Amino acid sequence: MSINSPQTLAQKIIAKASGKQHVVPGEIVTCQLDLVLMHDSSGPRRVKSRLEDLGAKVFDPSKIVLVSDHFVPATDPESAEILALTRRWAQDNLVNHFYDMQGICHVMLPQQGHLKPGMFLVGGDSHSPTGGAFATFMVGIGATEMTGALATGEIWIKVPETIRINWSGELPDGCSAKDIMLFLCKKLGMNNNYKVMEFGGETVRAMSMFERMVLCNMSAELGGKTGIIEADETTTEWIKSTGQAVDIDALDWQSDNKAKYEAVYHFNASDLVPQVAAPHSPENTDNVDVFSDVTVHQAYIGACTGAKLSDLHMAARVLKGQKVAQGTRLLIAPASVKTTEMAAKDGTLSLLTEAGAIMLPTGCGACAGMGAGAIANGENCISSTSRNFKGRMGSPDSNVYLASPYTVAASAIAGKIADPRLFLTNQP
Amino acid sequence: MNSKKIIGNAWVYGDNIDTDILAPGPYMKASLAELAAHCMEAIDTSFACQVKKGDIVIAGDAFGIGSSREQAAQALVELGVAAVVAKSFARIFYRNSLNLGLPVLFCPDIENVDKGDEIEVNPETGVVTNHTKQQTFQCEPIPPELMTIVNAGGLMPYLKSKFAKENKSG
Ligand code: SF4
Repeated sequence: MSINSPQTLAQKIIAKASGKQHVVPGEIVTCQLDLVLMHDSSGPRRVKSRLEDLGAKVFDPSKIVLVSDHFVPATDPESAEILALTRRWAQDNLVNHFYDMQGICHVMLPQQGHLKPGMFLVGGDSHSPTGGAFATFMVGIGATEMTGALATGEIWIKVPETIRINWSGELPDGCSAKDIMLFLCKKLGMNNNYKVMEFGGETVRAMSMFERMVLCNMSAELGGKTGIIEADETTTEWIKSTGQAVDIDALDWQSDNKAKYEAVYHFNASDLVPQVAAPHSPENTDNVDVFSDVTVHQAYIGACTGAKLSDLHMAARVLKGQKVAQGTRLLIAPASVKTTEMAAKDGTLSLLTEAGAIMLPTGCGACAGMGAGAIANGENCISSTSRNFKGRMGSPDSNVYLASPYTVAASAIAGKIADPRLFLTNQP
Repeated sequence: MNSKKIIGNAWVYGDNIDTDILAPGPYMKASLAELAAHCMEAIDTSFACQVKKGDIVIAGDAFGIGSSREQAAQALVELGVAAVVAKSFARIFYRNSLNLGLPVLFCPDIENVDKGDEIEVNPETGVVTNHTKQQTFQCEPIPPELMTIVNAGGLMPYLKSKFAKENKSG
């Protein structure tokens, strides 16, 4: 392949991070890190002693973003200790970008304006691909590798192939990016290992950044190395809204016209109907009406995937003037403190609580089975989160169904899994 | 370096053995030993109490899919598992395992292995032999760049000797 051959966006970012003009899939290169994201569960408690063991210091405290989100607020002495350790470590290592109980890491990073097109980042969490919505290349790594990244500021990577997924047409009302991803989990399976999933087409162009984040977030469920979306005005407008400057080359972060993809898929969004993933895998997806007999004990709106401001708006459009069914509980854990603040300001919060929703603290909460909202033996939960593996949200014999915030809200009203299109009202 | 043979008895599982099966969320705050005691319990309650040091896990597609939690691989190491051979792996799990010094091999063709079969694994050549059934499978060898890390016992010991060398020369 010649030095001028066209490249995908992912290749271009990897080339820049490894100080090269050009990289090809399969090549192993060493990349410099623009930013490192860590949270309380996989962060300091795992890397502190390892770094000490190595006798190494963090490569650059200003390039580290630390978030406490998994064990917040502390529910027992163990989680309190983990949080205390996280806070001490931030202080000792001069990590100024420490967001303590302010929101879920994948939402905090964009909310605070840390993401800019062309960046190469790692995160100590499997949903790190979320950052790709901002035309960055962001992958998840484990704790030992994180230690290496923190000590050296670099990481090896095998240049991945890219799969392009185009969506055209308008998403029908009551469908969202979440439905697109559940549909894709079924369609493409969960074993797209080592591939970059690049989303594009007019449907994606028309999406808000919040919705684009869902596409990249759930690239993890497709098994991909990461997800990515080319930069456009929606990207730069978001960055401006956080008070950050937009780099002059921001809009240049695109795949080349003739870039080589491993595969290219085309889907039509206007054909989509609300999707639900049955236990215990996101790929067990089908149309919502298939599940209309399933009793819902708990409806959960939470997580980086499904509790951003846009997600609360979706829920509110369904819940406006309605009541949660007898025998069903609706729990909502907004993705960040700012999300709660905005939802309070624009009236969303009161619509939700009037319908009977129980508001939970911001954080990962029940999504990872670590916080409030665990489910019992034999119970069914419909959830706006991204994963429904066996035992993830509580008892190994509980069942988690995945759906959009629209569908979760509709199911809370019906007490059974329900089609949200029956309840949609105008924007609150 | 440790190019010693890896021979052990097989534990056989199917596709999509995820990180919640390997390291169940509710035990994530517990010690590694306690977490490991619940490894696989959602699908096989005998594994954690009966697996022996040196045993080998054989599985289908997407082994280790799910979270980035390193404990998924650590639990296997803690229980003494010597290698994992699967049709395919989730990428973070794959990296985590090598970083912990646990050899993991892609073997799309592996089949006909039963629980307890005697298996030999050579990570550098990618050859996996089922001595019980007298069958041999050619798997993907672990790339030499990564074998250096595995042979060192994982990324930590690897970096340790690297830093020690740098400090000496610097
Ligand atoms: S909300 Fe759930 S998916 Fe998102 S980072 Fe937290 S545990 Fe992971």
